[in-house]
Amino acid sequence: MAVAALHIPVPASTIPVFEARGLTLDYASARGTVRAVDGVDLRIGKGERLVLLGPSGCGKSSILKAAAGFLTPAGGDIRLRDRPITGPGPDRMVVFQEFDQLLPWKTVLDNVAFPLRVARGISRSEARERAREALMRVGLSRALDQYPHALSGGMKQRAAIARALAAEPEILLMDEPFAALDALTRLQMQRDLIAVADEIGMTLLFVTHAIDEAVLVGTRLHLLSAHPGRTLATFETADLGVDDVGSRRFEQVTREVHHLLFGSARERAA
Amino acid sequence: MTDTTHLNAMPVETASRRPGTFSASRLLQSLGARRIMVLVALAVTWEIAARYQANPIMLPGFLDAARAFIAAVSSDGLLWAALSSLAVLLKGYAIAIVIATALVSLSVASPFLRDALQTVAAMLNPLPAIALLPLSMLWFGLGEASLLFVLVNAVIWPFALSALAGFEAVPETQRLVGRNYGLRGLRYVAQILVPSALPSLISGLRIGWAFAWRTLIAAELVFGVSSGQGGLGWFIFRARNELMTDVVFAGLAAVILIGLVVEAVVFRGLETVTVRRWGMLR
Repeated sequence: MAVAALHIPVPASTIPVFEARGLTLDYASARGTVRAVDGVDLRIGKGERLVLLGPSGCGKSSILKAAAGFLTPAGGDIRLRDRPITGPGPDRMVVFQEFDQLLPWKTVLDNVAFPLRVARGISRSEARERAREALMRVGLSRALDQYPHALSGGMKQRAAIARALAAEPEILLMDEPFAALDALTRLQMQRDLIAVADEIGMTLLFVTHAIDEAVLVGTRLHLLSAHPGRTLATFETADLGVDDVGSRRFEQVTREVHHLLFGSARERAA
Repeated sequence: MTDTTHLNAMPVETASRRPGTFSASRLLQSLGARRIMVLVALAVTWEIAARYQANPIMLPGFLDAARAFIAAVSSDGLLWAALSSLAVLLKGYAIAIVIATALVSLSVASPFLRDALQTVAAMLNPLPAIALLPLSMLWFGLGEASLLFVLVNAVIWPFALSALAGFEAVPETQRLVGRNYGLRGLRYVAQILVPSALPSLISGLRIGWAFAWRTLIAAELVFGVSSGQGGLGWFIFRARNELMTDVVFAGLAAVILIGLVVEAVVFRGLETVTVRRWGMLR
């Protein structure tokens, strides 16, 4: 720990919201321990949207689980605002891919208000007020008193996003939140998410396997190779937004990412 | 979204509900009407068979039994017998649920205890609790303690198995959501695991109730007089000894009615305001 001795206090503004250094993750399988992620470095500043992109088996979801505190790293260091992450907590709200992430025994409004009451000890009426605001922001103000089973898949994901926003986490973690939606709904959800994220300066760690979604949503892409997950490349895509879909630059970046992910896989197979 | 489904469903509804098309086929479609028809048919068949046989000691008619039922409720202490059965039943049921809840909580916390509980429950579940009555009488004598021992055995194992299955079936995503909120320990169990497992918990309560009711009536047929006033089973047994067969039928009707009311009001009601409303059970 010679490094610790050299530690110089840095101004708060330069401390990243989220940081992983040499992050290594293992999981236990029938054949023993398998390395899922090997020595990945990540840094997410305030208001940045980092997208983890890679084929299945690259450990992108495992990285997100580690960030959420569900998974303990086998090696490396993982921090939220310079404090080591030791377990799950509402300062890192997660939006999952699965539609059953809403609690079926609570109305949409109470689903959003519940974590506020649990995690922040906010009174029932104030939690509901904040929940109502968050649901309005994602365009769900008509479904407040519905139970989740009455909602469509897209509406469920909107409610899950509202729930995460209302808790005002340091960083929002999204694990392929739109993967189970139809193409049209997915497109609309991506646009709405970007609009909300820009509006409130959301800090986001977003996992996907869809290249166009990654380029659209992210301000930075982090490409991973599979078995085990290792950093392949990073891309700055902050300048590419909704209006650039279909533009030459957008297509060029998409192609490059595609080549890096699948071209390299082909070369390795050959 | 629900608005549109309503709109879509509307034309079909109105087409089949045109006023003035009252018909026998429409009546047959209503579940209540069908049930009443089945009951009426049964009563008529029963009455005809009884009159044909003309031996009220072997088979009293439906009307005789109905008259005996009213008389037994108003003067012969059927109501007291039913209440005394229900009092014992509720006592045993409550003890069993408390013990089972403790056992299941422990086994949710420890995989070893879970395996142990599953093994014991799987072993004792197929054993009809009434088969324990001779042992129970040997250990606890002829009294309420004997009945309670048998009752508790009738309820614990099916409820524990059902509850365990329910907790195991809680979706991984909902577990992660609860942990994401920072919920731990008892709060995690009470606010995530219990509501999520509620369909299985209610189903376990319901199976436990049905087992308890059958077991208690059967046990009371064997002895009842020494456990205070004696319950419904004892009421039936005594009526048979006195060859008042219509009163036997009245007792049986009381057993059926209480079973049906608890099922339809308590359990169905509990489901309607919880798991059915939440779409966890259709």
